[in-house]
Amino acid sequence: MNEYAAVLIFLFVGIGVVLFTFFLARLVRPSNPYKAKNQNYECAEPPIGSGWIQFNNRFYIFALIFVVFDVEAIFLFPWAVAFGQLGLYALIEMIIFIVILLFGLFYAWKKGVLKWV
Amino acid sequence: MEVEVSQLVFYLLSFVIIISAIYVVTLRNIFHSALFLILTLFAVAGIYIMLNAEFLAAVQVLIYVGAISILIIFAIMLTSQLANKQIRQSNEQVMIGIFICSGFLLASLGSIANTVWRIVEKPLPENNTLTMGKLLMNEFVLPFEIVSIVLLAALIGAVVLARKEGA
Repeated sequence: MNEYAAVLIFLFVGIGVVLFTFFLARLVRPSNPYKAKNQNYECAEPPIGSGWIQFNNRFYIFALIFVVFDVEAIFLFPWAVAFGQLGLYALIEMIIFIVILLFGLFYAWKKGVLKWV
Repeated sequence: MEVEVSQLVFYLLSFVIIISAIYVVTLRNIFHSALFLILTLFAVAGIYIMLNAEFLAAVQVLIYVGAISILIIFAIMLTSQLANKQIRQSNEQVMIGIFICSGFLLASLGSIANTVWRIVEKPLPENNTLTMGKLLMNEFVLPFEIVSIVLLAALIGAVVLARKEGA
């Protein structure tokens, strides 16, 4: 529990540094707002359209596959911590676990959803 | 002193959770709502740490803050009407929402009050994650392997659905 006091202090110092920098910047900077300052930056060209565009649908399937393998990674953690006391049996169990999931990745690959068109 | 500090941290975390949760449902821009949702989930991870559930906190940060929030933000960015500022992006059924939420609150409060909690008197294991790993590999091996089947089903389902709408 007490080790997390350090985490908390880090968090506060981190937030504090950012706030302090913004406060300091506000003290020294001149205030001169004009319209061009709020424009989207597009390599110094006048921007075309809004910055809020619809992204390609293909990103979503990658996000979904990422979530599945993230959940898999969660199960790797307690296994890795306990592995030193478990031996070969645990290794085989984890290999079965990963191989079953690799079927899914292989399926996605074969179906062509991983290909960027 | 120790108790006071942890109480202070608890109130701070609860404050962050409640305020950002209110922002999630009231902000006009749905993208900003998603960002505040991430802050809410992150503060919940802090509550888990206070309950000595470090592994659960790590899971919360990795899965919810790391993965689910990415999914939500992607879902928002993929919406075709996002750029349309004319569309109201907040909830239009506030009254029904309040009704259902207070009903759910009453129901859960009632069941919490009526449940007899089976509290184990043993001290907590020294290393949560180690204990969990041992249990997962010995007692709960079958559920553990079934989890991979469930994840496989989720993965295949996602692929099938995404192919149908994408093409």
